[in-house]
Amino acid sequence: MERLSFTYPARQAVARRVHVGVVGSGDLEVLLEPSSDAQAHVAVTTSVDGFATVWQHVLDRFFARFDAAAAIEINDFGATPGMVLLRLEQAAEALRA
Amino acid sequence: MSVPPGDARFLARESYIELTARERAVRVLDPGTFRELAGPFDRLTSPWLPLQDIVTQADDGVVIARGTLEGHAAVVASIEGAYQGGSIGEVSGAKLAGALELALRDAGRGRPVRPVLLLETGGVRLQEANLGLAAIAEVHAAIVALRRHVPVVAVVAGVIGCFGGMSLAAALASHLIVTRQARLGMNGPEVIEQEGGLAELDALDRARIWSLMGGEQRYATGFADALVEDDTAAIAAAVRGAFAHAAGGTPRSERVAALSARLAAIDAAHPPEPAALRTLWAREGLT
Repeated sequence: MERLSFTYPARQAVARRVHVGVVGSGDLEVLLEPSSDAQAHVAVTTSVDGFATVWQHVLDRFFARFDAAAAIEINDFGATPGMVLLRLEQAAEALRA
Repeated sequence: MSVPPGDARFLARESYIELTARERAVRVLDPGTFRELAGPFDRLTSPWLPLQDIVTQADDGVVIARGTLEGHAAVVASIEGAYQGGSIGEVSGAKLAGALELALRDAGRGRPVRPVLLLETGGVRLQEANLGLAAIAEVHAAIVALRRHVPVVAVVAGVIGCFGGMSLAAALASHLIVTRQARLGMNGPEVIEQEGGLAELDALDRARIWSLMGGEQRYATGFADALVEDDTAAIAAAVRGAFAHAAGGTPRSERVAALSARLAAIDAAHPPEPAALRTLWAREGLT
């Protein structure tokens, strides 16, 4: 198990909380809520060690199009990068809904 | 291309089995009434799993929700089978027991709350051993106390099924709803193979496993009260129907004479095949 954290600049405020996903095999849960400052913070707990660079790339790609000041907690159980991105997009969509 | 009527019905139905625990609770309650208690943002996670390098889930795999069923106050406890096999740990067990105990308190004050258990569990979470078992014992005690006031309705749909100590919780319920995909038993197939050997049960023989502990067999032998399709609307309707019909009558687990007679009819040296058991233990004898 490994814990990673990331910070990204943000421009929009987040008004609500969103929860998507399950900590099941090849899946993950995302908890998204307002950040306490004007930045976005991501705290990842993953069952698979040694993939910090891949997490960085996946999150860089997500935050290239997402600029909300969200505190995001990810609890991962071996999801592939594609699955991680889909869950993040699902959370972003739920936030807009 | 036209779709045959049977297939059209199959395609139109929403699978309950494929839903997450939270989605199941939302769908079973009256539309728009789902209100979660001790939800993911309360972060009641297991303190024991990180010590064993296991990632926690923010709700510890159990969703507790208040809402209504046909306008009557209800509480639904739904277990997430995808998280650690739906296993019951200290926190998830406390959520289950706490929900039932609060419903019991309300019933005692003349404000009955309809309790529904959406079970999907391999039983105790082995990483939390005795703490999980203690919580399951509390769940059992709460069901027995609560069912004197209001029917306790349980659903086992699959794909995990319901095993271990939580199979006793299913058996204690006033009304048990199963699907054909459900499995219900004290020990799961892998445990039986491990303990009794391959000659006892091949845990890869799916047809054999379902013939022994599948929902259809459990219904045919009277251990379940309703056999429904894997259809969310059908299961939600069965839950509502259960509260209309389950009131009164002696709970299955208190029919000791009938259950003892069943055991007496079995020669343990020559156990009956599943088909023969349906005659020997016909559901009419127990329901």
